[in-house]
Amino acid sequence: MTFVDDESQARVGVGARRTLLLSLLVASVGCPAPASTTATTLSPPDPGPVRDSGGSAAGGLGPPQLEEVAILTDAPLVPPPITRRVPAKVKVEIEVIEAELPISDGVSYSFWTFGGKVPGKFIRVRQGDTVELKLLNHPSSKMPHNIDLHAVTGPGGGAASTFTAPGHGSQFTFQALNQGLYVYHCATAPVGMHVANGMYGLILVEPPEGLPKVDREFYVMQGDFYTVGKYREKGHQPFDMQKAIEENATYVLFNGAEGSLLDNNALKAAVGERVRLFVGNGGPNLVSSFHVIGEVFDHVWTEGGTHVQENVQTTLVPAGGSAIVDFKLEVPGTYILVDHSIFRAFNKGAVGMIKVSGAERKDVYSGKEVDSVYLADKAASDAGAIQRASSALGAGTLTREQQVEAGRALFAGTCSACHGGEGKGLPGVFPPLAGSDFLNADPSRAIGVLLNGLSGKVSVNGGAYDSVMPPMSQLNDDEIANLLTFVVNSWGNSGGQISSAQVKERRSGTPRPAGAAR
Amino acid sequence: MLAFLLIIALAASPEMVTIGPGPAVAKNGGPVDVDVGRFLLDVDLVSRTDFAAFVGDHPLWRRDRARALFVDERYLADWASARAPGEDVDPAAPVTLVSWFAARAYCSAQGKRLPTSAEWELAAAASTTKKDARADPSFVAAILDWYGRPPAPLRANHRTQANLWGVRDLHGVVWEWVEDFNFALVKDGRSGDGGALFCGAGASAADPADYAGFMRLAFRSSLEARFALPVLGFRCAKDVLP
Ligand code: HEC
Ligand SMILES: [Cu+2]
Repeated sequence: MTFVDDESQARVGVGARRTLLLSLLVASVGCPAPASTTATTLSPPDPGPVRDSGGSAAGGLGPPQLEEVAILTDAPLVPPPITRRVPAKVKVEIEVIEAELPISDGVSYSFWTFGGKVPGKFIRVRQGDTVELKLLNHPSSKMPHNIDLHAVTGPGGGAASTFTAPGHGSQFTFQALNQGLYVYHCATAPVGMHVANGMYGLILVEPPEGLPKVDREFYVMQGDFYTVGKYREKGHQPFDMQKAIEENATYVLFNGAEGSLLDNNALKAAVGERVRLFVGNGGPNLVSSFHVIGEVFDHVWTEGGTHVQENVQTTLVPAGGSAIVDFKLEVPGTYILVDHSIFRAFNKGAVGMIKVSGAERKDVYSGKEVDSVYLADKAASDAGAIQRASSALGAGTLTREQQVEAGRALFAGTCSACHGGEGKGLPGVFPPLAGSDFLNADPSRAIGVLLNGLSGKVSVNGGAYDSVMPPMSQLNDDEIANLLTFVVNSWGNSGGQISSAQVKERRSGTPRPAGAAR
Repeated sequence: MLAFLLIIALAASPEMVTIGPGPAVAKNGGPVDVDVGRFLLDVDLVSRTDFAAFVGDHPLWRRDRARALFVDERYLADWASARAPGEDVDPAAPVTLVSWFAARAYCSAQGKRLPTSAEWELAAAASTTKKDARADPSFVAAILDWYGRPPAPLRANHRTQANLWGVRDLHGVVWEWVEDFNFALVKDGRSGDGGALFCGAGASAADPADYAGFMRLAFRSSLEARFALPVLGFRCAKDVLP
């Protein structure tokens, strides 16, 4: 970096401001002149030859002919499509609020937000609009903030012009020259931390003729989060800079909190409808492999740009990037949104749901295949049970029955692959958990089996096993307690209850090999 | 002779301690660390009671009289009256909602001055046991945790144990004014650019310990000298006698 600065300039005081500039930017960046006033003539997506929207050079559509205040929405809602066909001056006002909010059940995090929620308010304008953006930083904020909108043509995307101290406001105006779906984010140093704390959202610049009509539109934005405690560790969890630098996310989430798109919060639609998702990825680090289990995207505006790809299973959404996808719903049921970098879905929270109501279409989907049960129904019941268990736990009221219920949900994804859904195991390879004499002889010994794994010769119900069970120490204390309580109360086992405190005690007395999950 | 004695008395006054020499520190985020000589620094943040006494002696700094050039509308806005903090706020808590001009005037009325950013950083680099704890993970984590959390209501000073130099509450209570706060990272709407923030951040991002310093730099550079903020207080410094 270069300092356009030296002691000869006044040191301090009003107006005497030393300025740090990047020589690079001073030298090279300029603002393209607002260009031609003719509207581009784009038609709704067609798979024909590649079209050219003309980019920013064709972006200006003449001076604003009216003024309006933008309708802003919180995810998963999207402001209504723009029906006017003339350029307007659109006023957007966003308030930055720092707030402690739940990130998972019983877990809170200090989010920094554009408008009180993560992701920030959805902004919808039309190509050629002149946007007057006012950023207010709430007086209770501890940090200065600003906004860099990727839809802006001009150095810094608005960051410098909106750099705002707590209890202050600032404003700048830009013309939305390029159509597309754009991320905006805070660009105050340290940028990574402001983004990691949730400072991002989407702005849609509609093409002049609008987007093709659909029945429903939703706003889904992914982000990765880094906390000092591990995934689902209860209580207030501070930001962990080291994990952020290592890109070792604790949570990967849609819409800023685990469960924000699950069960009662699921997106809802009906058979026969066409659904469009405006998908963003705030990062700060991870690229999303966005996928909806059980659907194929009919259209994808790849990276939120102009060209449409068709019949896509999984689309990449870069950190600081977006995609627009749509699909027609033929079959009722629950569809699961995931980041198909799949450990993020099952172990870091990147799951959401679309619940589709309507009449069965047996011709399209018989409903008898194993997959339908596995993917749709189970995900629904799992999430519900786990959620109920952890909220009860937050209040310290977990009964044995609740532990069993939560453990059952976890068992399916965690243990059943080897020990079987009914705990019967596989003779000679995986010992049974059902009626296991080894287990029933000393149920609390199983805590050690889960934390450290088990290898070498064991005899279970007269069968000899000499194999390896990997350590399951990535599970937290609650999860291990619930799993084992479920196991000892199932399939003819001797009953009882394993508490989270027992697991905790055992874990703290267990030296861990270097690099193992705690 | 009398003046001389008076100066000795002030210099030795118990509420200030001598800082330095110590490790080189960033001069308000500049690229090179600098050595700071020895100087005196207040042990505690200036409290509301202290500031009320100053306002009593210098009525031109009352919120109803102070000139708009020097304070914004929020100057001392949490006080019950123009003269006193009142019952609703803790009088022993640090004074906040004061502008840079007001803070400077207060210090100069005590025969002191605001610390420079480098002086402040030197004092604040110390933990209770080390002169330079900037690479100490738990020290840094505690600072970052406070930066990250929404602010709690201010309570009396002396909340933290004095650090190795004998100074209290440098972290975890309020931000503090420094003399050269407005070394701007990016400020001017035309020539400024988000890139400086990105690239500047990148320079120190490799060392997570620097993040805390970088956040202070960002905070300071968002200020203007008239601004009065609920989370921004100050303490005074003074040269050591030769
Ligand atoms: C990758 C396969 C695998 C997974 C997954 C697995 N286990 Fe095991 N488990 C084994 C094997 C193999 C053994 C026997 C090890 C030996 O031979 O020493 C075993 C042994 C056990 C035992 C002791 C023997 C018995 O049958 O009573 C218990 C209890 C147990 N597992 C519980 C669990 C639980 C609970 C889970 C889920 C958290 C789980 N296991 C997940 C493979 C697995
Ligand atoms: Cu920010």
